[in-house]
Amino acid sequence: MLEAAGLECVRQKRTLFRSLSFSLTRGERLRIAGANGSGKTSLLRILCGLLTPDAGEVRWKSEPIGALREEYSRQIVYLGHAPAVKDDLTAAENLEIACRLAGFPAKAGAALERLGIAADVPVRKLSQGQRRRAALARLVVSEQVPLWLLDEPYAALDPQATAIVDALLAAHAARGGAVIFTTHQETGAAAARVIELHA
Amino acid sequence: MLDAALCVVRRDLLLAWRRRGDVATALLFFLIVASLFPLGIGFEPNLLRAIAPGVIWVAALLSSMLSLSRLFAADHADGTLEQLLLGASPLGVIAAAKAAAHWIVSGLPLALIAPFIALQYDMPGELTPVLALSLLLGTPVLSLIGAIGAALTLGVRGGGILLSLLVLPLYVPVLILGAGSVDMAAAGMGGEGQLLLLAALLVASCAFAPWAIATALRISME
Repeated sequence: MLEAAGLECVRQKRTLFRSLSFSLTRGERLRIAGANGSGKTSLLRILCGLLTPDAGEVRWKSEPIGALREEYSRQIVYLGHAPAVKDDLTAAENLEIACRLAGFPAKAGAALERLGIAADVPVRKLSQGQRRRAALARLVVSEQVPLWLLDEPYAALDPQATAIVDALLAAHAARGGAVIFTTHQETGAAAARVIELHA
Repeated sequence: MLDAALCVVRRDLLLAWRRRGDVATALLFFLIVASLFPLGIGFEPNLLRAIAPGVIWVAALLSSMLSLSRLFAADHADGTLEQLLLGASPLGVIAAAKAAAHWIVSGLPLALIAPFIALQYDMPGELTPVLALSLLLGTPVLSLIGAIGAALTLGVRGGGILLSLLVLPLYVPVLILGAGSVDMAAAGMGGEGQLLLLAALLVASCAFAPWAIATALRISME
C-alpha cells in the first residue's frame, strides 16, 4: 500500500540517505534502525508528508502523497518525537481533540484505561513516561487507520507499557494494518522487517 | 471540516482559559499603554480628543501583536502542530480557526474595553460606537495578517522581533482606516467610508490569509 521510490534526504548539506526504495504491504511491520542522526526521524517525516524529500517520492496506493494531502492524512497516524499532548489539557481532552482532528469520534475513556492513565488529570502533572503513554493511547482508538508511523514508540516506557505497545502493533498487523516505527531498542523488532540507515 | 475548525477554536479557547494570566497580560498592556498618553501629554482636552483614535488604535495593534508569537510556537514546541498539519481537514481551515481563536482572545476584548478607555480622552459619546465598530472590523484582520507572520517566523531564532518587523508594516492600512474612521466621524463627515473599506479588508483577508498561513506553516515545518 505504501511505496517509497528513490528517496533522498539532505539536511544541513549532509546526505542522510540516497535512493532509498522500499514498499510496504498490509500486515507488515517495518522497523527503521540506525544510529542517532542517521535520518530515522527525517525518513518518517517524509513518509507522512511533513517533509519533502530532495529526490524521489512516496506513493500511497500508487498515487503520490503530495497530491493526496488530507486524503492521505486520513490513512495514517503519526506519533512524533514530542508527545503531541497539551500540558494544560487532561489526557482525555487531548485524546478527544486528536481524534476529532483526525476525523473520527473518540472513545477516550477505554483507551486511557488500557494504558493506565488517569483521564481527568492535566497532562502537566504526569511523568515523562505517563505522557508517552497518554500519547500512545492514540493508537488504541486508531484501529481502523491503516498505516501507523511511530517515531521511537518505545522511548521512556517501562516494561509493562512496552508490552502493551508490542501487543498493539502485533494486533494492528494481524488485522491487516501496516506499521513503520523507529527504535534503537531490539524490543518488538523480532517480527518486523528492518531497514538500516547508515549516515 | 467545520467540526475540525470548531474543535480547534474550542481547544484554543479552553487553553486560553486555563492560562488566563497570559490573556490578561495582553489586555492589561492595552489598558496601560492607552492610559500612559494622557499622563505623559497632560490634560489638554482638545489635544487628547484629537489623538484618542490614533493612540487607542496603536495600543490595540501592539497588544494584538504581543500574543502573536505564542500563536503557533506553543503548538510547535509540544508537537501538536504536526498533528494539526496531518489532520483530516484542509490546513487552511485549521489556520483560519487558529486565527479566529486568537481574535476572540486578544482582539474582541479590545473592542469591548476601548469605549471605556475613550472616556479618559474625553471622546464624545457618539464616537465610541464608531471606535468599537472599527476595532471589531479591524482586529480580525490583525489576527489574520499576524498569523501569517507568526507562521513564517516559526522556529526562527529571535523570531519575536522579526515578527514585529514583518507584521507591523502590514498593519498600517488597518491602522489608517481604523483611526481614520473615528477621525472622519469626529469631523462630522461620517466614518462609513473607512468602515466599509475595513470590512472589505476583512473579507479579503478572510479569503486569502488562511491559505497563506497554511503555506507558511508547511514551509516552516520542513
